[in-house]
Amino acid sequence: MRAPATALPLRAEHLGFAAGGVPILQDVCLVIEAGPPLLVIGPNGAGKSVLLRLLHGLLRPTAGRVVWAAEPGQPRLPRDAMVFQRPVLLRRSVLANAAYPLRLAGLPRTECLGRARAALERVGLADLADRPARRLSGGEQQRLALARAAALGPEVLFLDEPTASLDPAATRAVEAIVADIAARGTKVVMTTHDLSQARRLAGEVAFLHRGRLRVQAPAAAFFANPAAPEATAFLRGELVW
Amino acid sequence: MQDLSAAFAAAMGLVTAGDPALADIVALSLQVSLTAVALAALVGLPLGALLAVARFPGRGAVLVALNALMGLPPVVAGLLIYLLLSRSGPLGMLGLLFTPAAMVIAQAVLIAPILAALSRQVLEGLWEEYAEQLRSFGVGAWRAVPTLLWDGRFALLTVLLAGFGRASAEVGAVMIVGGNIEGYTRVMTTAIALETSKGDLPLALALGLVLMAIVLTVNAAAQLVREAASRWAG
Repeated sequence: MRAPATALPLRAEHLGFAAGGVPILQDVCLVIEAGPPLLVIGPNGAGKSVLLRLLHGLLRPTAGRVVWAAEPGQPRLPRDAMVFQRPVLLRRSVLANAAYPLRLAGLPRTECLGRARAALERVGLADLADRPARRLSGGEQQRLALARAAALGPEVLFLDEPTASLDPAATRAVEAIVADIAARGTKVVMTTHDLSQARRLAGEVAFLHRGRLRVQAPAAAFFANPAAPEATAFLRGELVW
Repeated sequence: MQDLSAAFAAAMGLVTAGDPALADIVALSLQVSLTAVALAALVGLPLGALLAVARFPGRGAVLVALNALMGLPPVVAGLLIYLLLSRSGPLGMLGLLFTPAAMVIAQAVLIAPILAALSRQVLEGLWEEYAEQLRSFGVGAWRAVPTLLWDGRFALLTVLLAGFGRASAEVGAVMIVGGNIEGYTRVMTTAIALETSKGDLPLALALGLVLMAIVLTVNAAAQLVREAASRWAG
């Protein structure tokens, strides 16, 4: 489906961000390569969401830079997409929501609707296609936000605590969708404060603490031996911020 | 008191009989005000949406000016359009003064700032909610305008109704640029003013009743739209 040229790896080079003189991220060097999901974990206020927004381009770094290996293979579609903790749905039908970013990219209408329908099918919302999106339940709304982003076929999908405001059943559904998106070849970069969720989904872990990247390691190695005292404390539940 | 009740009865007679002079006046009023709202909407709604999303130096001053223009007195708007359209004015060669077209222009000028200011308020809240997600999709200020106009459609309908209410109730501007010519530029409000001063209370009252009915219908419609919108959007 995708042209062979890939935008990965994505590199953060000495990335820093400060808001009003207060440093939030400092000197983060990170390499994101194709493969299983990268879970960004760390205590509250560690800078996880800011890191995602910098990588996605919603925020401008105040130091360092974000470098993609290449321009996207399909020039019209974005190479990366993001889903937020609270899904922002348009005041339109479920199908129109899923098709909206495809329409923005200038794809023909029938192709937009076809891809949007297929994406809804994969998250189990095909039956609700004609319903107003904002009447869906919280879990359904997040599944729609995931379908909308996945319909773009991005190389990288950033997920900022996508299950933080969901109940356990909806969380499981979202995790299954995230795993499915990753299995289809999209690199998932996801923040979470839920360690058991990180264990379930992660192929790789980046541990942030007080605005600095302390560890980037394969998930199995990280959970076996976190390699940094703060990470060990965090895994034991002793590090709250 | 007896005069009043007699006038009232006569007015009801005119309304129920569908008096042709009355019907013509009502029809022209609706035509002028609806056309004015449509013209003003073409300019005012996109302008309001753009002001809701755009951040530029001097934006605050523009918003203050726009809000001030909402209170533009109709007679002043009428006077300005009169000066523009009068024979010696810059647009005098068009020969529009004392025509329904001039009345449409005057009312459009009067309500375009109202539509822009109200839609700016309505859409700014929507933009706050959407901004981050739309920027994530790569949507800039210009491209956000049609999205906001569509997604704010229910709220904007009530904005349009407010504009229509203002246009149809206004007397000063259409009086000045229309001239209140019988059978040509006489609308409900100017007719009421004239007939009252002439002492023809039944016609004035009949027109007043129709005008009230229209305003009431408009507000009922606005209410229904708001309810439909809350059912849809949740």
